[in-house]
Amino acid sequence: MSETNGYSKSKLHGLWALTNRELKKWLKEPILLFMAVLQPVLWMGLFGKAMNLGGMFSSSNFGNINIPGITFPGNYVIPPVSGNITIPSALLSQISQQMFANIGPNVMQNIFGVKDYFSYMSVGMISFIVMFTTMFSGMSMVWDRRLGFLNKVLSTPVSRGAIIFSKVLNATLRAMFQATIILTLAVIFGLQVSSTFNVLNILGVYAAIFLLCVGLSSVFLALALRSTKQETQMAIVNLINLPLMFASNTFFPISMMPDWIQAIARVNPISYLTDVIRQLTVLPLNASSLMFDFTYLVIFAAVFSVIGITLSWRYLTK
Amino acid sequence: MTDEVIKAEGLTRVFNKSLVAVNHVNFGVKNGEIFGFLGPNGAGKTTTINMLITVLKPTEGRASVLGFDIAKQDNNVRNVIGVVPQEYTADEDLTGLENVLLCSDLYGIPRKIAKERAIELLKLVELTDFKDKKVETYSGGMRRRLELACGLINRPKVLFLDEPTLGLDVQTRVASWDYIRKLKKEFGMTLFMTTHYLEEADALCDRVAIIDHGKIVVVGTPEELKHSLGGDIITLRIKEDPDVSELIRTVEHVKDVKNEDGSYRIKAEYGEVTAPLIIEALRRKGYTVTKLMLTEPTLNEVYLEYTGKSMRDAEESREAFRAQRMTMWRARH
Repeated sequence: MSETNGYSKSKLHGLWALTNRELKKWLKEPILLFMAVLQPVLWMGLFGKAMNLGGMFSSSNFGNINIPGITFPGNYVIPPVSGNITIPSALLSQISQQMFANIGPNVMQNIFGVKDYFSYMSVGMISFIVMFTTMFSGMSMVWDRRLGFLNKVLSTPVSRGAIIFSKVLNATLRAMFQATIILTLAVIFGLQVSSTFNVLNILGVYAAIFLLCVGLSSVFLALALRSTKQETQMAIVNLINLPLMFASNTFFPISMMPDWIQAIARVNPISYLTDVIRQLTVLPLNASSLMFDFTYLVIFAAVFSVIGITLSWRYLTK
Repeated sequence: MTDEVIKAEGLTRVFNKSLVAVNHVNFGVKNGEIFGFLGPNGAGKTTTINMLITVLKPTEGRASVLGFDIAKQDNNVRNVIGVVPQEYTADEDLTGLENVLLCSDLYGIPRKIAKERAIELLKLVELTDFKDKKVETYSGGMRRRLELACGLINRPKVLFLDEPTLGLDVQTRVASWDYIRKLKKEFGMTLFMTTHYLEEADALCDRVAIIDHGKIVVVGTPEELKHSLGGDIITLRIKEDPDVSELIRTVEHVKDVKNEDGSYRIKAEYGEVTAPLIIEALRRKGYTVTKLMLTEPTLNEVYLEYTGKSMRDAEESREAFRAQRMTMWRARH
């Protein structure tokens, strides 16, 4: 064999080159990068702030509600006492105001686990972005195929595994990058971290994102390899993103949902990622449930990446 | 090792268990030659090349490149070949140099060697001035040259070119041929190319295989093929309706007559002498020749002879058609 051949013995030599190619493309396109940052900001701003769930339960809103059966006449007479004790209505209404003053945060605390909706949903946004990034990651494979790039790479000694994994890795790195931005922005916009938060928790957040990304993008990659048209992939993504998103705890707590949605939400991996990130940031940490979430994510990632990579592999070595 | 760099024996590829794209094809490519696969779209050229470059696995039969089996030793094959695909595969968002370096990474070439080679190759295809410009600013011809540079980064012994001038205008096409010849000389490679441009096969190839419906119908040098037609071609039309094939056949030197919807394709030796004799013979019987054409055989005639009436434009598939259209569109922008 001549000296010009077989430079690299590493099976992975093409992995970084291929991943780098896409990252470079992404970073070189300032518009894309800007959109990637803008999208979560818009969501957080419009959805997280405009939908002021905490405010809905505030005392000023309760003041206008007529609660039937309870009226405050001018004077209230307590019967068993002989003689009349009179409580001024002004005092009564003040007491009721005080009673309701804390109800908003309390309702939020009971349902959402945090005092403000923004903290709740901005963390959900991370799952949202992770999901979208991985779903669209398959799209570049459709392009590579149509433009002939895939065939060209297939004719080089790069291992087929590296071709598949570069796509997965690319989606994962992008999602992590976006997650970092969202988290930073959320903190700037008023995210309140829980008392159990410390900086090391961020590593846990990354680990969880990584697991979900690997699982999801492997599946979408296998789908993309089969669909020759970009439109097919688009249609699939559009069809399943809504149920995946809303049948999960991304925006609303599962406990408030009808049973049948709850059933979906409890197997939806998005719920588990969201829960991990919440526990590591805004909610008090519960070690056993965190372990359970992680186990679920590991199993999900393992099973789906095996399925996805096997299907892709079969396609690439046809 | 034998003199044959590429050897195919009974090479077959069937898609979806029914569509036979390549049907028991046998051929050998000699060391150092430019071997052309000529055929209409959908004839099986790209499928054959995809099998040889180890992107597709053969359904049946076998082939080897430099002695390596394309199915069993695919990685060895990949290391010694270069591929210039039909499409523009260079990344538009990256610069020319970045694209060549990306290709070198796919072969695992160390960065230092890769850089030297990339610079040298870009100079060879005259893209030095544009190496740091994004590929989206390149013209069709420049993109082709960049693809050539990418295909040569691993110093291949065998270079595969799939429709190397698809979508280019005539001048750029001719210029591309010069590049291909120059590169072949520079690196002493064996070239395997597909094309559906006859003049391209004629100008570039040392030997040509005409492929139709997945089968090789004839192999030979362009000269041999032209010669095999046995002379010149006279095409004529007469004013009157009746079939005069038999009459023409009686004329001296005429070897064959085909009536194609009132137009007679006559194969004859010494065409320039025979043509007046035919006209004379027809006139004596009261027929009037309205149109006459004398052609010395070109590959076009060879092509017509072996594949049927004219170039069919049947497409391999919708996807292939779209990819091709996209390549042509991008060539012009």
